[in-house]
Amino acid sequence: MAKWFAALRTPVGGFAAALLTLVLALAVFAPILWHDNAFAIDTDAIAQGPSAAHWLGTDDLGRDILFRVLVATRLSVLLAVLATVIGVVTGLVLGTLPSLLPRPAARLVTSAVNIAVAFPGLLLVLFFSVIFGVGTHGAVFAVGFALAPAFARLAQTLSASVAGQDFVSAARISGVGRMRLLIRHILPNIGEPLVVNATIGAGACLLAFSGLSFLGIGVQAPDYDWGRLLGEGLNGIYVNPAAALAPGVAVVLAGLAFNLVGETVAGVIGVRTGLRKLSPRPVTPAREDAADARDDAVLVVENLQVAFPRPAGWTVPVRGVSFTVRAGEAIGVVGESGSGKSLTGLAVSRLVEAPAVVTADKLEFAGKPVLTTPERELRGLLGTSLAMVFQDPMTSFNPTRRIGRQLAEVAEQHQGLPRAKAFERAVDRLRAVRIPAAERRARQYPHEFSGGMRQRAMIGMGLMGDPKLIIADEPTTALDVTVQRQLLRLLARTRAERDTAIILISHDIAVVSQTCERMLVMYAGRVVEDLPSAATPRHPYTRALMAATLDLETDREASLAVIPGRPPEPDRVPNGCAFADRCPAATDRCRLEDPALERVEPEHRVACWYPAALSRPAKETVTAGGAE
Amino acid sequence: MAVAVAPAGLRGSPWLSFAVRRLGRFAISLWVLITTAFLMIQLIPGDPVRAALGLTAPVELVNARRAALGLDDTLWLQYVHYLGGLVTGDFGMSMTSGQPVSEVIGDRLPATLQLALPAFAVVIAVAIPLGLLFAVLTRGGRRRGGELAFTSTTVLLAAIPEFLLAVALVAFFSVQLGWFPVAGNADASSFVLPVIALALGPASVLARIVRVETLSVLGNDFIRTARAKRLPARLVYLRHALPNALTATLTMGGLMLTGMVAGTVLVENVFAWPGLGSTIAQSILQKDYPLVQGIVLVYGIGVLLVNLTVDVLLAVLDPRSTIREN
Repeated sequence: MAKWFAALRTPVGGFAAALLTLVLALAVFAPILWHDNAFAIDTDAIAQGPSAAHWLGTDDLGRDILFRVLVATRLSVLLAVLATVIGVVTGLVLGTLPSLLPRPAARLVTSAVNIAVAFPGLLLVLFFSVIFGVGTHGAVFAVGFALAPAFARLAQTLSASVAGQDFVSAARISGVGRMRLLIRHILPNIGEPLVVNATIGAGACLLAFSGLSFLGIGVQAPDYDWGRLLGEGLNGIYVNPAAALAPGVAVVLAGLAFNLVGETVAGVIGVRTGLRKLSPRPVTPAREDAADARDDAVLVVENLQVAFPRPAGWTVPVRGVSFTVRAGEAIGVVGESGSGKSLTGLAVSRLVEAPAVVTADKLEFAGKPVLTTPERELRGLLGTSLAMVFQDPMTSFNPTRRIGRQLAEVAEQHQGLPRAKAFERAVDRLRAVRIPAAERRARQYPHEFSGGMRQRAMIGMGLMGDPKLIIADEPTTALDVTVQRQLLRLLARTRAERDTAIILISHDIAVVSQTCERMLVMYAGRVVEDLPSAATPRHPYTRALMAATLDLETDREASLAVIPGRPPEPDRVPNGCAFADRCPAATDRCRLEDPALERVEPEHRVACWYPAALSRPAKETVTAGGAE
Repeated sequence: MAVAVAPAGLRGSPWLSFAVRRLGRFAISLWVLITTAFLMIQLIPGDPVRAALGLTAPVELVNARRAALGLDDTLWLQYVHYLGGLVTGDFGMSMTSGQPVSEVIGDRLPATLQLALPAFAVVIAVAIPLGLLFAVLTRGGRRRGGELAFTSTTVLLAAIPEFLLAVALVAFFSVQLGWFPVAGNADASSFVLPVIALALGPASVLARIVRVETLSVLGNDFIRTARAKRLPARLVYLRHALPNALTATLTMGGLMLTGMVAGTVLVENVFAWPGLGSTIAQSILQKDYPLVQGIVLVYGIGVLLVNLTVDVLLAVLDPRSTIREN
């Protein structure tokens, strides 16, 4: 019940509740107050338009339309509620019967309900009104029974979801009978959604009933509900349109009242909060040693930042990242999830969409500024020279298009190849990534490919152009170890054959150090170390990551190294070094001041106040990595 | 997953098994529909012929009519006759006019189709572009104002039942402005209001569904892939997002389209449209049961056909659905 009140406190909920209260009050009091006015015959004003005496005019016996519409509230609402009760009860019986009946009978009931649900309500109403006959009673049954299949379906779905829960299983195991199970355990738990839907159903019944009365099949004279008034009003629409419109408006408002109350209560689970006005975006000053500009650089990134507006302010998951990728170079980006490595990959390839904001002092791909050049001009270059391989091969292909066509698109779009030629090229590239029977495979849909094959096809898609850089974001995470190795080999081969640079984003430092000659280690949205894979790491975080990996030399008796704690949330990054809380070597300086990424050797940059000395071997220093 | 490529020998292609399965379901539904229509008359309390002819009708007339309708035979025999009749296109005789029901349906059905088909077309032609447009405009929380305007307008329009909308349209455009005829289907201009009345509500609902579905599709990985291919936005939305949004839209929209079949009944009555809808209302009032039975059957078949079409479209749009159903 608390939920109901919460729902009714929202603006829409309050409006709906007020409207429903008004409708119900009219239903109770209007006939008491204005019964005589509604039947008073004014022989001086027969079938007239609106006037001072009769605000909405009169019908062809000279009766006041306004009073008749108000008084009709009771019958209209009453009949709708009656029909709803019949519908809900019948539906509940039909819906729960299958759980009590023996199997074949249960299936019969279920499939009968399924077939009936497929037919529109009005058709069922007409069908039942033939059986129950013309008139008020017949119409109540007709509308009620027409509602039943929908409720039967609802009751089935709801009780099926409850029946799967532990307490029901427990009751069943302890020998509670089916009937008792239904009444004591299942019905009380589906009560609330049923009531909510019944409220919405009452609105639908109101509309259906007025339709029936409008057709002359429902309420018969001298009784009248809104539908009947509407039908009568339509006959005189040239004289007095208000006579037809007023009952129509009444039906819509009353229907809306039931509907909205039900819908707002149903939708109250998710609480919506307004978007607050944003403060200006935080700016990260360039604090890193700019990687030296080289002529053969494919990608130059300086002080890259990605910020997301959040209700509480800006969240900045990438905070000033700088690096350079040279032609043909393979660099790995490692870090825990949430370190901003994937987002960095998306941002440099201009795939981060608004409302996120990407800024950089410099972001150049193949000599072109990526952020400032209009998209239209970049499309050709990025489409052919920059290839992306995403993490989940299961979801990265469009399920409704054939693989070959999805590859061919690139050639059609950027290289101006006609359809057939583009498809040929797609088949050729699939062959290049060692997809067997490429011709046939190209005509298949993604769901007919295995995960590893899809990931190959994804690389093949990147090879449709002449890529200078492949950004592979966790390309092997979703695959098993054998397939993983094949895929890495494929990337390496591609690189060797075409002199393509590769950025391999991965949480697996072992994979990266095998595949790449250089590593960027990211932590909390920043590069903390940039080092050759063969070099000895000097940042405590990198050393801890290394220690946490297993290799043949790992002492199997010793406890597995783990980095204690977790990385900070992107909206709660501390002022000092983000790793300080987890670092065994942290001092007060680390907690207060954030170290910049500084060059310690020609090919080695570290962001640490106390980088490990070169002489000491990696594995000994990080003893803090013991299990917590 | 790979199993789907080569289904176990007997099953043949997934398309064939889909066709067999779906047509089988259609046949069963059709049989249930026909049987229900047959039983409808049996379920009417009392003597339907007496009810139709009135209490004052002479006994001989009632008996003669009963015999003519075959109501004195056993239930099974009547059922067999009924099924046999349907096969040869014999739906029985109207009790009021004595005309064959099939003839009445043949007279009236075209008018109903002339109303329903354009309304279908309008719904599709309006809802899909509109829903897609607003999904693109309001994606990722952009243009909150536009989203609010779109949602509230469509919710309001969808809340007005078609026959009330029809009355309002007549009151305004026909009576006040005199732009369109009040009733009948004499010329092209008389189609405007009924088609709008029938299409506006469903179009609003469908546009909303298309928007929501498109928004959820836009969050998918394969949209990112399409963008990574640097396709122009037009292709990303039309080629990659729309077909996927339509599959979910069709699943939910199918029920709504069948609702339009029934919606014609009320709209026809507002506009005195000489179609099946006004005929069924009259014949229910006149207790012309064979005629009602025939028309109910036609509407029911219409609904089944819409459902079948939706399923086939789904299978074409999303090849996974042919397999998924198992």
